[in-house]
Amino acid sequence: MHVPDGFLDAPTSIATGVAAAGALGLALRKARGELDDRTAPMAGLVATFVFAAQMVNFPVGLGTSGHLLGGALAAVLVGPWTGLLAVSVVLIVQALLLADGGITALGTNITLLAIAGVVVGWFVFRGLQRVLPKRLGLVPVLAAVSALVSVPAAALVFVGLYAVGGTAPVPLDGLLAAMLGWHTLIGIGEAVITGLVVGSVVAIRPDLVYGARPVLRRRELEIRQGHRTGTEAAA
Amino acid sequence: MGAGHGHKLHFHGHSAVHRAPAHLKLATLLVFMLTVVATPREWFPAFGVHLGLVLAVIAVSRVPFGYIGRRMVIEVPFVVFALLMPFVATGPRVDVLGLSLSEDGLLAGWGLLAKGTLGVMASLTLAATTEPRDLLVGLERLRMPSQLVQIIGFMIRYLDVVTDEMRRMKVARESRGFSGNGPRAWAVYARAAGALFIRSYERGERVHLAMLSRGYDGTVRHGSDR
Repeated sequence: MHVPDGFLDAPTSIATGVAAAGALGLALRKARGELDDRTAPMAGLVATFVFAAQMVNFPVGLGTSGHLLGGALAAVLVGPWTGLLAVSVVLIVQALLLADGGITALGTNITLLAIAGVVVGWFVFRGLQRVLPKRLGLVPVLAAVSALVSVPAAALVFVGLYAVGGTAPVPLDGLLAAMLGWHTLIGIGEAVITGLVVGSVVAIRPDLVYGARPVLRRRELEIRQGHRTGTEAAA
Repeated sequence: MGAGHGHKLHFHGHSAVHRAPAHLKLATLLVFMLTVVATPREWFPAFGVHLGLVLAVIAVSRVPFGYIGRRMVIEVPFVVFALLMPFVATGPRVDVLGLSLSEDGLLAGWGLLAKGTLGVMASLTLAATTEPRDLLVGLERLRMPSQLVQIIGFMIRYLDVVTDEMRRMKVARESRGFSGNGPRAWAVYARAAGALFIRSYERGERVHLAMLSRGYDGTVRHGSDR
């Protein structure tokens, strides 16, 4: 669910818009380091994938189902900068073409889901990867943990924004408890799905997973010399 | 992949609203919505004026009101939230139909509902009257970095391709007798999503190579740039 128009007051909306624009500018420059000149088509297709993956309904039971938010997933699969770009572009298209999330709240939504979601997810993932054994099998587990942290983190940022520019007098401690509690539950689902998706990609094409690159075993090209042919060996 | 690729919310037409330049429409939408958001919620008549403006634009665009109305269901989860406001907000209470409600909460709920609804109506009007291609040109005119506009363009262009790919996977799954309910099916859905990622990524690589072989140098020329 995206933040609609009028949820936060105008100054807060403009401030988050400026923050989002700054982050996007930085991400555009940094994503070239992850994708070189392929940035435009690759980030575009990754954004399409994030959008499509959000459409997959994961049944929870009792007739309800949930879907992926995809911040931590995008960060682990394609890197933090490309991930930030892709999730932001999804939000821009949803606001402009689908009226999902208000246009004045676009900066807020990018701040929450792209900046907080992707960046927190990435820092958790990278931080854990540094201190834990460098094993490929750990990548999906770390991705799950980063998803578990990133969802409540985004909720926390939302409560922070609400404390600054909220338009309804809701007691903050109650809002904080409700948002954190609810989003921890969502985070658990997000963690399981993120771990499973990353695991399935790592099993087939580990070279595509940005977060797995540091732990992929590099095999040197071996040119063997002195191999004798059969006739030589017989002679 | 040529012309005529409307998106699902586009309503074909030739009205003045349809023909207006996209950058003008985008800027108008943004300024209008910022005005709406900045309007104090106690100024009830002002919201009547806002609503009148949106309805007038929809009328001029000749997009049927029912068309916009049906698509406003996207708002529903948020309406529920706005309706909860009077129950959870603080401040002096007032009795309405035997329920003890917060006065400030009632006002806040009204504000959220009014502003959110106006936002959805205005955005839907833009989406219904603007081709995605024109929208991209408009964003570029509004000085959005061209690389970002390109990424948005690629996402819109391949949206149907990738979602169709996903639908084919679903058909394939179900024709093998899969019917997933409950979390035990998650692994299957997750593998499908993983496969979708690999296919999307590889498609991106092929698209890039195809673009290079046609002389791509980092800039995209729009058909309507002329």
